[in-house]
Amino acid sequence: MRFQLTGDQRALRAGVRELLERRFGRQALRAAVEAPGRLDRGLWRSLGEAGFFALRLPEPDGGVGLGMPEAVLLFEEAGRALLPGPLIATHLAAGKVPGAATGETVVTCVDGELVEWLEAADVVLGEVTGARAMRSVDPLTPLHRVRGATPAGPVADLLSAAEQLGTADRVCELAVQHARTREQFGRPIGSFQAVQHLCADLLVRTEIARTAVYAAAVTADEADIAAARLLADEAAVRGARDCLQVHGGMGFTWEADVHLHLKRAWLRAERGGGGTQSEELLAARLAG
Amino acid sequence: MDLSYTPEEEDFRARLREWLAKVLSTLPAAPSPDDWPGRRAYDLGWQRMLHDAGYADVHWDASPTIRLIFLEETERAGAPYVGANFVGLLHAGPTIAAEGTAEQRARWLPPVLRGEEVWCQGFSEPDAGSDLAALRTRARRDGDDYVVSGSKIWTSHAEVADWCELLVRTDPDAPRHRGITWLAMPMDAPGITVRPLRTLAGSAEFAEVFLDEVRVPVANRVGAENDGWRVTMVTLSFERGTAFVGEVVACRRVLGELARAARENGRWDDPVLRRRLGRLEAEFRALWRLTQWNVSAAQAGGGVPGTGASVFKLRYSHARQELYDAAADVLGPHCLDLDRRWVLDRLSSLSYTIAAGTSQIQRTIVAERVLGLPRGR
Ligand SMILES: Cc1cc2nc3c(=O)[nH]c(=O)nc-3n(C[C@H](O)[C@H](O)[C@H](O)COP(=O)(O)OP(=O)(O)OC[C@H]3O[C@@H](n4cnc5c(N)ncnc54)[C@H](O)[C@@H]3O)c2cc1C
Repeated sequence: MRFQLTGDQRALRAGVRELLERRFGRQALRAAVEAPGRLDRGLWRSLGEAGFFALRLPEPDGGVGLGMPEAVLLFEEAGRALLPGPLIATHLAAGKVPGAATGETVVTCVDGELVEWLEAADVVLGEVTGARAMRSVDPLTPLHRVRGATPAGPVADLLSAAEQLGTADRVCELAVQHARTREQFGRPIGSFQAVQHLCADLLVRTEIARTAVYAAAVTADEADIAAARLLADEAAVRGARDCLQVHGGMGFTWEADVHLHLKRAWLRAERGGGGTQSEELLAARLAG
Repeated sequence: MDLSYTPEEEDFRARLREWLAKVLSTLPAAPSPDDWPGRRAYDLGWQRMLHDAGYADVHWDASPTIRLIFLEETERAGAPYVGANFVGLLHAGPTIAAEGTAEQRARWLPPVLRGEEVWCQGFSEPDAGSDLAALRTRARRDGDDYVVSGSKIWTSHAEVADWCELLVRTDPDAPRHRGITWLAMPMDAPGITVRPLRTLAGSAEFAEVFLDEVRVPVANRVGAENDGWRVTMVTLSFERGTAFVGEVVACRRVLGELARAARENGRWDDPVLRRRLGRLEAEFRALWRLTQWNVSAAQAGGGVPGTGASVFKLRYSHARQELYDAAADVLGPHCLDLDRRWVLDRLSSLSYTIAAGTSQIQRTIVAERVLGLPRGR
């Protein structure tokens, strides 16, 4: 048993982080916030070229031929960067919908009662007649509501959990950075125990979510995925809140990125009909 | 990332499983929680069986993965836990192995492994708990002996222990952390009085230990004089390292039992309870994965438990309390009946956020040592 990242996996993660910083850094993020509903097709094609969508497609089919653990690392980075777009739906459509693998075609799908990026997508999977536009709480994700609830499935849940893990990791980092530099009463606020303990809880939630998500990627077991989803939703949502608290008044502004993380974390937590199904699935396993 | 075990590890697991299936039925009935001499005899007997079968030193010499498999399988099979051997096997022993002289290792380690001697831990004092370095128990040098006076508190198993890993102040003028020494004190030495303390669970799990001019040979000192703080940090890293592995397995078993009990008494029909148990299942699955992650990291890092231990201890101690609160929910009014299953466990779970470093202290450790935040006052 070597339940740690391999050298290749570490390199993959570093490479993706570097790519996203270059192609979707802070400036691009804020520009996207100011132009809601517009999907950057150029960025989408670069993601395609980098193998973001074709990652798990076998090499003979033009894919990269990697597995679920690598996909999870990729989506963790996407979560950290707050990368917008129907990433999971397009990734899952690679090899099935022409052009999805390369990033030529943008694919979205119904997940629970929600459809993300309905108008910007080229292909929509699932029944969307009568879909109603919502004024999305997340400025980076346009949303429609549909009747009836079709969850996108366990693999989508796992990749969503990986994005949540990225958010949890990032907001922990942001909170710690702020706590180190912001001074009150003549010293960094990070030397106050109340702030230290908020940060410690941020890390603890992130680390337990991390091991749950990575393990689910290795086993692909449905109950492991359900557990990963619950832990990752908690780590991202509560983590973003605590990060906001650490930022004080600054945290309540549009200028700080914290609210973008929190809103996206809320959105992901609603995917697939929310966490209820995961809890019920795990309960059924227990009693079974 | 890989969660599979090597053929050698699987082989170890299979042989252990086979052995457990054979021997567990030959164990005498477990003593009552109040019967301390009975508990000592029972726990030592189990250690003796492990010794004779070649498993005695699995906590010390084995790779972290082998230790993980050992704890997983023994717990799954319902074998006794370390019990009264806790201090000897999990921290005094490893500390002596790491810091003791050849003579000290030869004197103290074999009896621990053979199940002949019990150790207790005399660290905490009435005015030095979280602030361990504030300890005041004095030791003055007199010829070949230290003469020790003071008192210790919350000393688990003190009543039945043969030896005590004792922290004393040998230089009252040195800075707090610099004047402390680590001694092995024989519990039958003149001048020692043990006063059992009743826990909120009703039993006498720990005791107060009064020391009045107790003579401890200088030869019983582990590490240099006044270097006890460093030795103690070695001890504590072992205490927090693998101590809870078996317990996570036990909690997962209890959770399954809770679900079955809820099915039988109709509580299962309540979706709020069902979902609460589902969420706990997610929690304990994840805690098990975190354990495997930490063990893999330790294996790669030469076997020394890392900071992952504080992260784990924080989360686990709270999860355990939530587990037994959920048990109370399943039991309904029976949760007030001390003769019911899980009720005593619920009481004892309250100590998990206090013993071996409180949750507040663990958070500070995580903030300052893992996240690198500036030190507080
Ligand atoms: C079941 C059990 C078994 C034990 N067995 C042993 C044993 O065998 N040997 C042994 O030596 N000890 C043992 N202990 C003692 C244990 O290590 C201490 O109880 C523990 O370290 C806390 O110390 P304290 O009880 O003095 O509480 P205190 O240190 O007085 O703490 C009281 C409260 O104040 C908080 N607090 C204290 N300092 C800080 C701070 N700097 N920042 C924030 N909060 C703070 C604590 O978190 C706690 O909530 C045992 C305890 C229990 C409950």
